[in-house]
Amino acid sequence: MASKIYECIEKIGNRIIEEKEFLTELDREIGDADHGINMARGFSEVLAILPKDSDNIGELLKKTGMTLLSKVGGASGPLYGTAYMQAGKVCAGKTSLTPEDGKAIFEAVIAGIQKRGKAVKGEKTMLDAIIPASEAYSAAIDGGASLPDALDAMCKAAEEGVEFTKTIIATKGRASYLGERSIGHQDPGATSATYTLECIRDFVKGM
Amino acid sequence: MVGIVIVSHSWKVAEGIYDLAMQMASENEHIIAAGGMEDGSIGTDAMKIQEAIENADTGDGVAVLADLGSGIMSAEMAIEMLESDIDVRIADAPILEGAISAAVTSTSGASLDEVIEAAEEARTASKLS
Repeated sequence: MASKIYECIEKIGNRIIEEKEFLTELDREIGDADHGINMARGFSEVLAILPKDSDNIGELLKKTGMTLLSKVGGASGPLYGTAYMQAGKVCAGKTSLTPEDGKAIFEAVIAGIQKRGKAVKGEKTMLDAIIPASEAYSAAIDGGASLPDALDAMCKAAEEGVEFTKTIIATKGRASYLGERSIGHQDPGATSATYTLECIRDFVKGM
Repeated sequence: MVGIVIVSHSWKVAEGIYDLAMQMASENEHIIAAGGMEDGSIGTDAMKIQEAIENADTGDGVAVLADLGSGIMSAEMAIEMLESDIDVRIADAPILEGAISAAVTSTSGASLDEVIEAAEEARTASKLS
């Protein structure tokens, strides 16, 4: 039987693979037209090698990160690789997670991505979805909201973050070569990050 | 001798720069191209870079020359993942000119600092004057 953490990562992987063409199309407009292809290649490998029956959350997240790091190829390899490996560190030895763990995972993931990509919010990157999502989630949990409500708030903030990336100039990555011509296009990394968060929400709600 | 690792998204670019560097440094066996993905597609692979750094090191350290954005990111991750204690630095330099300067300097028996400095000087060298 597949463990819950495997099923969650599988849900994310399948969504990324389903959206391969769309993510690549977004990247064609402002980048090097490989985001969807790269991420799908990475997750196909993740789903092939991850042990289905392990409930060691930290271990599976770490393996996911290492695989993405080596198989994705573009900037999303080191960035998503770092994100999953950082999440794995927070979850080391755990077989279940609390809403508070979610806050700690967000903090570690954001710190890792910022260090790796040397980016801050407002540069048309995945951080423009992840940081608002983290803030909305933590505020909801701290304010006593239920976990499903906090996850809804998280996804809404991420989706708004993706919309926000349409309005700003890219200053990081390949899209920065386009300068003002990057305005009007949504960031592919913010989009795939939002899919990831939506899958986590849907998975947790369905548990 | 200081090792040199050439990191590009394209294995053709990495191999091509390696070929040009080797014209100037044919006795240097510690220059390694680490371009592209395992299956030959465009991209950078931190694991492949890590292995290249380990193979390039003779104890005198390794200079890494990388191309665009994620080439740097993957190189940084590769360095963090090293299991042995190797003195590695990424040169803030154009990959082709930097690699050739680094190769020539390394072959002369220079230190890692000197190799990195030579590579980084390539950033400001004018081609037309």
